[in-house]
Amino acid sequence: MTLSQFVQYFLSGITVGSIYAIVAIGFNIIYNTTGIINFAQGEFLVLGAMIAVSLAAVLPLPLAILLAVVITMLVGAAIDFAFIKWLGRPTVLRLVIITIGVSILIREAMLHIWDEKVRALPYFTGTEVSSVRLLGAYISPQVLWVLGVSAVVVVALSLFFRLTLTGRAMRACSDNRTAARLCGIPARGMVTLSFMLSAGIGALAGCVISPLTQTQYDMGASLAIKGFTVAILGGLGNSTAAVAAGLVLGLLEAFAISLLPLAYIDAVSIAVLLIVLFFRPSGLFGNRQASALKEF
Amino acid sequence: MKRIIASIAVALLLAALPAFAGGEKEGAAPSAGRPIKVGAILAVTGGASFLGAPEAKTLEMLVEQTNAAGGIDGRPVELIIKDSQGSPEKAISFAKQLIEEEQVLAIIGPSTSGESMSIKGICEEGRTILLSCAAAETIVEPVAAYVFKTPQKDSYAAIRIFQTMNEMGIVRIGVVVGNTGFGQGGKAQLEKYAPEHGIEIAIVEVYDREATDLTGVLTKVKARGVEAVVNWSIVPAQSIIPKNMRQIGMAIPLFQSHGFGNIRYVQAAGEAAEGIIFPCGRLLVADVLPAGHPQKQLLVKYKNDYESRYNEDVSTFGGHAYDAYIILEAAIRKAGSTEPQKVRDAIEGIQGLVGTAGIFNMSPSDHNGLGLDSFEMLTVKNGRFVVFE
Repeated sequence: MTLSQFVQYFLSGITVGSIYAIVAIGFNIIYNTTGIINFAQGEFLVLGAMIAVSLAAVLPLPLAILLAVVITMLVGAAIDFAFIKWLGRPTVLRLVIITIGVSILIREAMLHIWDEKVRALPYFTGTEVSSVRLLGAYISPQVLWVLGVSAVVVVALSLFFRLTLTGRAMRACSDNRTAARLCGIPARGMVTLSFMLSAGIGALAGCVISPLTQTQYDMGASLAIKGFTVAILGGLGNSTAAVAAGLVLGLLEAFAISLLPLAYIDAVSIAVLLIVLFFRPSGLFGNRQASALKEF
Repeated sequence: MKRIIASIAVALLLAALPAFAGGEKEGAAPSAGRPIKVGAILAVTGGASFLGAPEAKTLEMLVEQTNAAGGIDGRPVELIIKDSQGSPEKAISFAKQLIEEEQVLAIIGPSTSGESMSIKGICEEGRTILLSCAAAETIVEPVAAYVFKTPQKDSYAAIRIFQTMNEMGIVRIGVVVGNTGFGQGGKAQLEKYAPEHGIEIAIVEVYDREATDLTGVLTKVKARGVEAVVNWSIVPAQSIIPKNMRQIGMAIPLFQSHGFGNIRYVQAAGEAAEGIIFPCGRLLVADVLPAGHPQKQLLVKYKNDYESRYNEDVSTFGGHAYDAYIILEAAIRKAGSTEPQKVRDAIEGIQGLVGTAGIFNMSPSDHNGLGLDSFEMLTVKNGRFVVFE
């Protein structure tokens, strides 16, 4: 393998990994406040991108994306109001099943509002054919956008969860909801907020990756599965770990492609996930003691 | 409890009554004869909806046109469309329903090869004509008496691609295909016909139909020093491959299958679509065909009718349903009856029928009827399809 080929595999791994990572971040927010996995996260991505594509026809791109994020956040809040909020003391399993139902609902709604056709946002910088040259290899500038947005989101989230009162309140709800309520934290409101946040981040992620992956109404599930894998691999609830795990998995897949037929790649990533879960059930970067206290 | 059931039953009966009455009135109207029932099993929604949706729209439009013009031999056509969502299981149950309950004369569709193969036997046993809109050659090979198909054969696409490569002096190629029935079928045809055209396939890779980035596998293909890449799929990866190729600096020609015949894929790939070469029916270049071309008139009419009615670009897939319908219509007129056996015989005897995919010359041993020349090599220039020269 020449140096430029090595670099090209590396950059290809970064490209795939950055997509995994930005999808995985969204899973962690709802998990952090409710302790559940939101299986409709993939649909938030697609919904955000679909809205942005429609709005981009009449508005400048940044404004279209901003509006799409806001609208998707409202949808996230609406979902919480309609399906989650009125449940008294729902079990984790029940909530998970509800999110699966919601994902089907959103998917079918998107099929009716838009249609079955493939759409894509324009590249943020350059076009489909522009690429940045690096040591004899190439990478699309859009990948740099995905990485940049992931970094900004991760930093903003960790600041939010550590420094602001609302962020701390959300974490408190996740640790022990009853205790949080006794302290005067409106636990229900925090759940709504977490749905809005993860819907918003999902929509943003959907917009940023749309030029690379394109957007179709039924692609949410396949995006979510890889994002979910990465979130677990990194350790649920930790956004920085999710990004790191995403890049690790992307690189692993890229170099596996250089040796194995492409058809085996998913087997490789699933094998890695199984091995990690076997030896480190709390994920690559997870905290064993913390995860022992979790319900799920 | 009994009372509830009884009242529900009464309510249902009441609801159904107007429908019965309406049906009777229609049947009793003296001007219209008994309707000819035609079924259609199409993937109107779901993963293969880019095939089924335009097919269903095309059939609705054609049936309306036929009935507005007084039907076939004075009898209106009744179209029953079933949405299989691309699932072979659903296709099977719909096929049974259409044959046994609705007793249709013919079934148009299904949209995909897998579904078509799963109902081939059912239609043959039920002596119901099947006009498949799917590509795989196995649908009509071996020939089943009642089973026909309208799209061009996969092998013709592979041969046309190799002929073009021969003209361009390309010898060493890489092949990437999607892991769908269509992709696997294409891979088999490419591997079968490469040796006799002097083409060496240096590498073959199969990617997941939901792949979102393929720079890794293209890096591998690039490292093999190939002179061209063939991508064979019907999934959105058709737009991802050209983008990724350009992004990692591959300047060699990209050939795609006839599955690329949808302007949406060109739009999704944007600038990266420029120069892609692929075999396709002439529908997409109807506007620029020479005036004397035998298909010109029909293609332009279909394109204009469809685009003005549905306000979306026509695709070759809808054309396959168009061909299925006009073959059936021509056969019924020729047979002068709706006896399944006679209509079937009439389809086998169709010669020189101009369709969207080409000119159909059916025979007892050829239930597709299209020749190698039904494919034109097209390319993308300034975001539009043009004939490749």
